[in-house]
Amino acid sequence: MSQSLTFMMGEYEATFPVDRHYAKNHMWGQAEDNGATYRFGFSAYAVRLLQDVYFLDWCVDVNDRLEKQQEIGSIESKKAESSLYSPLAGHLIEFNQLLLGDPSYINTSPYEEGWLFRMQSKTSDLLDASSYMEHLKDVWEVTQRTIKGQLN
Amino acid sequence: MKRISVVISQGQSQNPTKRQLEEELIMALMIEPGIDVTVVPNLYDLKTESTALVALQGITDNLIVVSWLYSRAAHWLLDRNDIRGQEGTVLLTYGDEDEDQDDEPPEESSDADRVVDQRPVPTRRVYCLDFRASTTTDDFVKEVKRIHSETSAQVVDLMDWVDGTPSEDALKRFQNPTNSTALDHPSATTAEETSDLSKSNSPLDAVRRIDAEGGRRWYPVIDFSRCTNCMECIDFCLFGVYGIDGQETILVEQPDNCRKGCPACSRVCPENAIIFPQHKTPAIAGADLAVGGLKIDLSKLFGAPEKKENAVEAAARERDEQLMLAGRDVVGLDIGIAKRHTDQPDPAERDDLDDLIDELEDFDV
Repeated sequence: MSQSLTFMMGEYEATFPVDRHYAKNHMWGQAEDNGATYRFGFSAYAVRLLQDVYFLDWCVDVNDRLEKQQEIGSIESKKAESSLYSPLAGHLIEFNQLLLGDPSYINTSPYEEGWLFRMQSKTSDLLDASSYMEHLKDVWEVTQRTIKGQLN
Repeated sequence: MKRISVVISQGQSQNPTKRQLEEELIMALMIEPGIDVTVVPNLYDLKTESTALVALQGITDNLIVVSWLYSRAAHWLLDRNDIRGQEGTVLLTYGDEDEDQDDEPPEESSDADRVVDQRPVPTRRVYCLDFRASTTTDDFVKEVKRIHSETSAQVVDLMDWVDGTPSEDALKRFQNPTNSTALDHPSATTAEETSDLSKSNSPLDAVRRIDAEGGRRWYPVIDFSRCTNCMECIDFCLFGVYGIDGQETILVEQPDNCRKGCPACSRVCPENAIIFPQHKTPAIAGADLAVGGLKIDLSKLFGAPEKKENAVEAAARERDEQLMLAGRDVVGLDIGIAKRHTDQPDPAERDDLDDLIDELEDFDV
């Protein structure tokens, strides 16, 4: 992997390769075919919050047109559960079939084998790695509050 | 003691803790006398003609079902698949902590006729246990044994009638009636099988495992103890999921027409009778009480849009999303929404009373 930036989540050092972009919902997106399509996965920040992923399910299909922030699936891990939302508006092209059998690749290889889906999009407001670091600084407090708030 | 069937419905997820609990319970029940264990894939995903459902339909005696579903969801899911019976009282329940608050659903339950009142239900009992009620195998074994002796009590009473001691043969025939109408029940052994009794008593034979056929499904399940047959759901759903049976009663006619992930019709149901057993909101998934999830919900952090909408608006939005995915025109609030909803004042329009209440709440008394 090429160069990457890091963000400290408490004691935990989350790393973010600079060769790709990031969405505010904590997915990375990598442009392919000169930006005609994007491959998405979870950023190290998301994976750290989830921890061991046990279950991943999609509620949209290949070729579906997606709105930004549309609910597209759900995930369950050892510590948490969450709905998943589309990072961009566009068309869904492909899901990572590997994960449907064994979602744990999300933990073992979040930036490579653990990718989630591929989509086609005309608009991209994804952040570069350093802007995403700024975003993380802004949301880290809220994240901690959310987790603690729900644990009480 | 009369035998009882226990059905273990496996979870969908790869969660090793869940799998372990399932397997430990299967092992523990195997060595208990008088218990027949059937292991099936997630009940919700079973198709009508599947081996697993046919096998379960063959059990006509009292039945215990342990699944990763809320008991109400499991009960009506079974009911839908013609595995019907009286709801057995389960003492090991999910969310035990708040047991002593007398939780009737807060909504004004009207005296409207419920569909269930017009339907004869078989007298056998169906007990639905939720795997999430405990993390300890022992708790489930204890509850199964309690139910087993509860359901056997009937037999014991009848035995007291018999004057004197029945012969061993008579007792055997009584406990394993060969003329049972429960044709597929393991206790209804034919003469041929009876000669092989020693074999079927080996613990391994007491577990029947049925493998998955087909993938995950998504469709509504109606709780007919709540449903009043008002037909709002059939008016609302534009995907043809609902239909009407010969008695003009609502039914989920085309479950696979349902749009995956969409719980919209459950939001417009005035009696909260529509269950989506796999929905992450407990109230929609069939929880009786307002139980919190056991896990942290990260949806807000993972980009859930902030919404200020009421249930009907949410339902209309969800329906529009599905219409769009299906390449159809959106309809908003224009179609299939009961007048009582559209007549309600816009929640965004505040009046003086709202302001007053807010002011009162600001006083920290």
